[in-house]
Amino acid sequence: MSPVLKLIAQRISLGILLIFAVSILIFAGTQILPGDVAESILGQSATPENLANLRAELGLNEPALSRYFSWLGGIMVGDLGTALTSGTSISDAIGARLGNTLFLAAVAAMISVPIAILLGLLAVRYKDRWPDKVISATTLASISLPEFFIGYLLILVFGVKLGWFPTVATVFPEMSLGARLNAVMLPALTLTLVVLAHMMRMTRAAILNVMQSAYIETAELKGMTSFKIIWKHALPNAISPVVNVVMLNLAYLIVGVVVVEVIFVYPGMGQYLVDHVAKRDVPVVQACGLVFAAIFIGLNLLADIISILSNPRLRHPK
Amino acid sequence: MDLKTIPISAWLGIISASLFAFAAIFAPLLAPYGMSDIVGDVWEPMSSEHLLGTDNLGRDLLSRMIYGARTTLAIAALATIVSFTLGSFLGMAAAVIGGWSDQLLSRGVDLLMSIPTLIFALVVLSVMPANILTLILVMGILDATRVFRLSRAVAVDVNVMDFVEAAKLRGEGRVWIITREILPNALSTLVAELGLRFIFMVLFLSALSFLGLGIQPPEADWGGMVKENKDGIIFGIPAALIPAGAIALLAISVNLIADWILNRTTDLKGGRGGN
Repeated sequence: MSPVLKLIAQRISLGILLIFAVSILIFAGTQILPGDVAESILGQSATPENLANLRAELGLNEPALSRYFSWLGGIMVGDLGTALTSGTSISDAIGARLGNTLFLAAVAAMISVPIAILLGLLAVRYKDRWPDKVISATTLASISLPEFFIGYLLILVFGVKLGWFPTVATVFPEMSLGARLNAVMLPALTLTLVVLAHMMRMTRAAILNVMQSAYIETAELKGMTSFKIIWKHALPNAISPVVNVVMLNLAYLIVGVVVVEVIFVYPGMGQYLVDHVAKRDVPVVQACGLVFAAIFIGLNLLADIISILSNPRLRHPK
Repeated sequence: MDLKTIPISAWLGIISASLFAFAAIFAPLLAPYGMSDIVGDVWEPMSSEHLLGTDNLGRDLLSRMIYGARTTLAIAALATIVSFTLGSFLGMAAAVIGGWSDQLLSRGVDLLMSIPTLIFALVVLSVMPANILTLILVMGILDATRVFRLSRAVAVDVNVMDFVEAAKLRGEGRVWIITREILPNALSTLVAELGLRFIFMVLFLSALSFLGLGIQPPEADWGGMVKENKDGIIFGIPAALIPAGAIALLAISVNLIADWILNRTTDLKGGRGGN
């Protein structure tokens, strides 16, 4: 087996192992109370009969280990259990909402990734001059702004005062792509502003690192224009760190979507999770937590694999 | 230290952060009205009577902002203390002891960090009683993973120095080595990190309160105030933006201070780690 394949197989099996470990942690995270889930759901006013009924319904009379395995067994065949509050299948609810969340994240990624890389290149080209300084200053501001500040500001300006976009991101299955894009524009812009600065700054740092290499000096002495040097010599060598940053931010997009979905009342996974945390619907919370964690781990894994593949030393071993 | 060497950006940060701290400490003296007194109509505009207008129930927004500063800053500070004590002690201990305990702690932290913090906090909070102590502990423990990584990395560097070797040969115990040899040398890095962690806590707490899972009403806190007043946005009433803006301003100020401390410490080390 070629070393690259071996490395990738290693990474993938590690990732799967990690997801298993995370499932244990998420399961254990809801068991750490001295009482049990039934008590915390019903609160202080619970009668002993109510408690016993709920315990039986949740299967709490079984030992924790066997409950974990039956939960895990269900997940393996795509069954995430039923919601306590509504009695409906969690898998169905997540199926519909996950699509919405991924759509929103994808739109945000399509806006933010090209802009971030382009601005990162600009910052390197005009290093220590005003474009670079402006970019650095906005980075500091944007990592400090909470999502809801950006979100409500955009709603106030573009939704209420200018009326360009709807203030509430309602989507339904029969919607056309155009209408859907229009509906998610403000939440997508909010997410873009949240991740843009970090991506830009890391891109800049990755390319600057490469710019100190000897072959860049050679290219300069050849008389190439500086933008061409960055584009043809620096960027290909900075691909792996840049991809890493992009992937990390994509992972953030999907996870950070929780707050943004609540701001815009968008029917996605985040909204679903938050609603059920307040209702103390533990099976839903566990399922959503696991899905979010799996996506997060999956994207990090993808970043690892891409950086292995983009390294020619690993692709063509001596 | 020469005050003139502090850059203007850091001064701005220090001044505005101290104003927030001042408001938080002397809240009952500064606030013109009580925290939950209904003193006017719903969402009155800014006026000389109500400098920032009134909120969704007709309470004075400025007074609630001042009391909110107290709640938000105090809880964020307590959570930061939990996170720092736990994270830095375990991190340095892992570096000094090494071997299996180090592996166990480090892999445990890796595992905890592979789940996004907000998601894991939501999972845990779904079964925990909703009170301030739970909130502080959950935020502190989850954030301690970051401090653990940093302090372990710094401590590993220091642990191989000759003076630590000398102390070990002298027969000093592990606690002595951690507190007297490693801690003083790791302090400057940790102090810069302290500011960043504090801001992270403010943002984290505000996000939780905004989602309705943090501090419960009628207690005032900035994230919760955004939630209370968010419905006004659709009618063009910007009340929700005031607490959100305060969070942003505080975050920017503390970041400015942390940036300056970070630059100072890297200068002291001959520019190591700067670019």
